[in-house]
Amino acid sequence: MRLQLLALLAKEPAHGYELKQALEQTFGNAYPSPNIGQIYVTLGRLEKDGLVRGVDVEQSNRPNKKVYHLTAAGLDTLAIWADEPTEGPRVRDEFFMKLVLAPMTGMADRMALITRQRRHYLALMQDLNQLLAATDRGNRYAILLIEGAMLHLQADLEWLDRCQEELL
Amino acid sequence: MTPVLAVKNLVKIYRTAGAPVPAVRGVDLEVEQGEFVAVMGPSGSGKSTLVHVMAGLDSRTDGEIWLAGERVDTLGEAAWAVKRRKHIGFVFQFFNLVANMTVADNVELPALLAGQSARQARERRDYLLGELGLTAQADSPPGRLSGGEQQRVALARALANQPTLLLADEPTGNLDSGNTRDVLRLLKAVHGNGQSIVLVTHDARVATMADRVLTLCDGQITDDGRIKGRGGGVSDVVRLRG
Repeated sequence: MRLQLLALLAKEPAHGYELKQALEQTFGNAYPSPNIGQIYVTLGRLEKDGLVRGVDVEQSNRPNKKVYHLTAAGLDTLAIWADEPTEGPRVRDEFFMKLVLAPMTGMADRMALITRQRRHYLALMQDLNQLLAATDRGNRYAILLIEGAMLHLQADLEWLDRCQEELL
Repeated sequence: MTPVLAVKNLVKIYRTAGAPVPAVRGVDLEVEQGEFVAVMGPSGSGKSTLVHVMAGLDSRTDGEIWLAGERVDTLGEAAWAVKRRKHIGFVFQFFNLVANMTVADNVELPALLAGQSARQARERRDYLLGELGLTAQADSPPGRLSGGEQQRVALARALANQPTLLLADEPTGNLDSGNTRDVLRLLKAVHGNGQSIVLVTHDARVATMADRVLTLCDGQITDDGRIKGRGGGVSDVVRLRG
């Protein structure tokens, strides 16, 4: 979450709760809502690394709040992030590891593993379908995030078919 | 209650010039009244062959096919055709509309073939074209319509005789995402009115609209279950075949 927070702070200084709201509003319901505690912990680490600077702002009849600003070092880190390609397709798939290794333990058979996983993916697809229907068409980022998840699931399901054809 | 469709140990083997090719290898299946069943599986798994054989559009090699409580695979071609008109509506991937007839005539034809009066057939046609948003295109040849519109005409035609069972083979396979959404919305509405449906698709988004999803692999059903999403992702096991 470090770079997401830095990117938001590049736009304007903000306190922790504002960052949480900005993430939720941008990415919509499909995005796992960030835990506020985790945001504060991350901001603390970013501050320790010199990437952000927290400034206490006094509030009348409420405790002070800390507003975070991006530092020059923070800006450099963001520039590197923006220039780099992002991680490509994974070759370290948790389910595939299980599919290959679990039968060797005698604890699971491949057909049962594939069937359970397929049902799990289909159930996730159904959830995403409902989420998509409930998402405001105007929120393009949220729509695209859900559509991306659906396309990945479709590929995962087709890969399961391939595994079933090849291994069973 | 009697299932709308039952097949027992259904087998389809294609005999071409070379070796016989088994496409469906012993499928047992019952579809209950009002059920919406999706059939998934990789290309070449036999899912398209399965629905074509169930619809009587292709012959079976072995096994039994029961429509609305009556065995049909032992009937002669003419007698089965009568049953088929009454009980089955079929939607193809590539629409299969009659090119030199208007949209309205395409939709009306099955009712006339089934022996309904011209007035009944026309009323049903007008109702379906209205429901599927096609009234303005009624007098056009199908070729003038977009793919999505043609598939809606094909759906109207399939529903002309109020079939016991609607079979659809990749009905969205040739459509873009907007038209896919329209066709799915209509299928959902039709199912909501109690229509039993068996739909073949490779698209999981389409399949998860169904009550029940079958997985076919190498001509056999390898899974048959109900999908229950919402967090848990747990689905109760109906039957599991190895």
